[in-house]
Amino acid sequence: MKKEILIGNDAIIKGALISGIDFVSGYPGCPAAEIGDEFAKIGKEKGVYVEWSTNEKTALEAAIGASFSGLKSLVNMKSFGINVCSDALLPLAYTGTKAPMVIVVADDPSCWSSAQSEQNSRAYAYLSHIPVLEPADPQECYDYTKLGFEISEKFNMPVILRTVTRAAHQRAIVEFEEVKNKEKKIGEFIKNPHQFSTMPPRVLEQKKELLDKVRKISLYADKSKINKEIGNKKSKIGIIASGISLLYSMEAIEELGIDASVLKLGFFYPLPEKLITSFIKGKNKLLIVEELDPYIEKEVIRIAKDINPKLSIFGKEVLSEIGELSAEDVSFALAKISGKTFKKFTVKNLNLPKRTARLCEGCPYWYVFPTIKRVAPEAIIGGDIGCNMIGGLAPHSLHDWLFCMGSSIGISHGVAKAIQPASAQGSGVAKKVISLMGDGTFFHSGIAGLINTVYNKSNPLMIVLDNRITAMTGHQPNPGMGKTSMGEDTEELRIEEIAKACGVKHIKVLDPINIKEFEDTIKEFLEKQEVSLIVCKRICALLARRQKQQ
Amino acid sequence: MKNFNLIINGVGGQGVVTLLSLVDEAAFVEGYDVRSSELHGLSQRGGSVETHIRFGEKVYSPLIPNGKADLILSLEMLEGLRETAKSGKATKFLVNEFVSPFIGSLTKEEIKKQFDGLKNEIHFVPASEICKEKLQNEVVSTIYLLGYAVSNNLIPLKKESVLKAIENKVPEKYRELNIKAFNLPFIYNNDN
Repeated sequence: MKKEILIGNDAIIKGALISGIDFVSGYPGCPAAEIGDEFAKIGKEKGVYVEWSTNEKTALEAAIGASFSGLKSLVNMKSFGINVCSDALLPLAYTGTKAPMVIVVADDPSCWSSAQSEQNSRAYAYLSHIPVLEPADPQECYDYTKLGFEISEKFNMPVILRTVTRAAHQRAIVEFEEVKNKEKKIGEFIKNPHQFSTMPPRVLEQKKELLDKVRKISLYADKSKINKEIGNKKSKIGIIASGISLLYSMEAIEELGIDASVLKLGFFYPLPEKLITSFIKGKNKLLIVEELDPYIEKEVIRIAKDINPKLSIFGKEVLSEIGELSAEDVSFALAKISGKTFKKFTVKNLNLPKRTARLCEGCPYWYVFPTIKRVAPEAIIGGDIGCNMIGGLAPHSLHDWLFCMGSSIGISHGVAKAIQPASAQGSGVAKKVISLMGDGTFFHSGIAGLINTVYNKSNPLMIVLDNRITAMTGHQPNPGMGKTSMGEDTEELRIEEIAKACGVKHIKVLDPINIKEFEDTIKEFLEKQEVSLIVCKRICALLARRQKQQ
Repeated sequence: MKNFNLIINGVGGQGVVTLLSLVDEAAFVEGYDVRSSELHGLSQRGGSVETHIRFGEKVYSPLIPNGKADLILSLEMLEGLRETAKSGKATKFLVNEFVSPFIGSLTKEEIKKQFDGLKNEIHFVPASEICKEKLQNEVVSTIYLLGYAVSNNLIPLKKESVLKAIENKVPEKYRELNIKAFNLPFIYNNDN
């Protein structure tokens, strides 16, 4: 055994390696991206195939194909990624896996690196019936990844490892086994449509098989070591905590010097009902410590109704549903329910100017944003995910909306359709709609929206900010670069050629540093009756500097 | 020893996370339990970045409760000032005398004036300037500050532990420069 300081994401990699991982796919997003980045570096020597897929759906589908062919797989994504891949996730629960699969979904309570929503991906457990494990720290990231593969192998079910920023980006001491380099395993696809195809009427049989599996996994969860009682079992005050909340609860107990026992849940789904039942039996007061939505709280209230109807259960009435928790929050809640006093620290309001994210020095977007603002001050502008999110902040303040990956063009189409009578199109009278998007996002999910504008005849101006890489998440290659994540040469897809094939008639590729050309093109294209596209092609300044150093 | 709570903060891109990983390693080398928390992605792109490190006999949470930091090491002055909102009476400050301005930000003088009202122990160190002059390299000013903190007993870590951490974690081609930057404040202290 080795002992080192590891960040949570690295511990997940070590856990996958010791489990004999063969196949890794994913889409980069914070706080998960280091998993795919690091795997790409070590994949060759460790005998692991690694790819950054075009989006989370193609990533999961790739892993499903690998699993059906007998390879152990891991899929990695941020919170919103699970929305994108959910279409494939739900039938996967029905078919089950052949070789084991772990799906890492990294949530970001408090939205440190996320717009969009403060998503609690645990809800997918209810939608899909897929088991969900929640590690609290790097050691558990390692242990639970290993366990996830074991559970997946035992029950032929994928397992979701749900992390949060404070676990994925936590560094701590981890005990782990180092693995030797190995040859890449070649899979074998053995035909079995009975398992792999969800065609009715088979699909309802598969649902029954799935629910049977969940019952078995629930019994397994009752006995699993990752659900455990900590502290004085006879104490009348109990805490149920899952994932990172356990660490805050332990600190709060020590801080207040309270005699309380803790039921730590490593399994979020299925919950160990027998264990919860025996834990709450002798308790007077119970605090449920979980971040965001009160899923466990609702389950425990249901269980307690028959078992211990007099039990006072506290959760979201003393802990916020918004933002990540802290030890202080838990101390405050625990003091409140146990009649102790705990004074929260009063943070001073200094009224200092806020330093928000900004474009890097030399960023090509410095040429793009001011030019658009100058030439089309009246335009309605949709923003998108990635570095161009910074276009929504001062001093640019360009965005009229920001949603999810690829949505700038999809929503632009609807706005253009809604506000322009057919007679006004192209007359220069109606307001103009501009959609901003990065190159990575275009390949991820922008293309479908673009086709919709052509097919259903609207006329937004799409501006793709092609900085030659997926920059925000840490410089991952994408299909526009001619390189795979493992550094192999591949087809370099051209955004303008894809747009042309989609039926876009007005296309211009330019370097935004040529401001006059950019200005003239914006003016010209805003008058077009059909959808138009400008590709602003200029390399990310950080990437350019790095290439120079090499 | 009671757990030591260190906040390292600054502006995204200044090397906050690199410095954090060195302190983590040094505390680990010394045999302490260690936990730290950092931020990547959007929050790293030129915005305020705050990271937490805790080490001691047993650390539960990687986050330091408000008011409980023993030392706040700021790589930028306004970011240092920002931390005073939640510093405790016993919190010490080590601040790089360096300002990364933006539209609407405060001047060096304005920032210092606000610091003057505090009773806390505050060290302003022109690390960026010193490293530029002595080593012709500004980037290692973060390591210089760590050297300053260790040599002035602001962090309860041994010099040898940090040197060992540099050996373990810094790529070979930058190692010598990092060791030089770390050793500089010790030389100054002996001179004075």
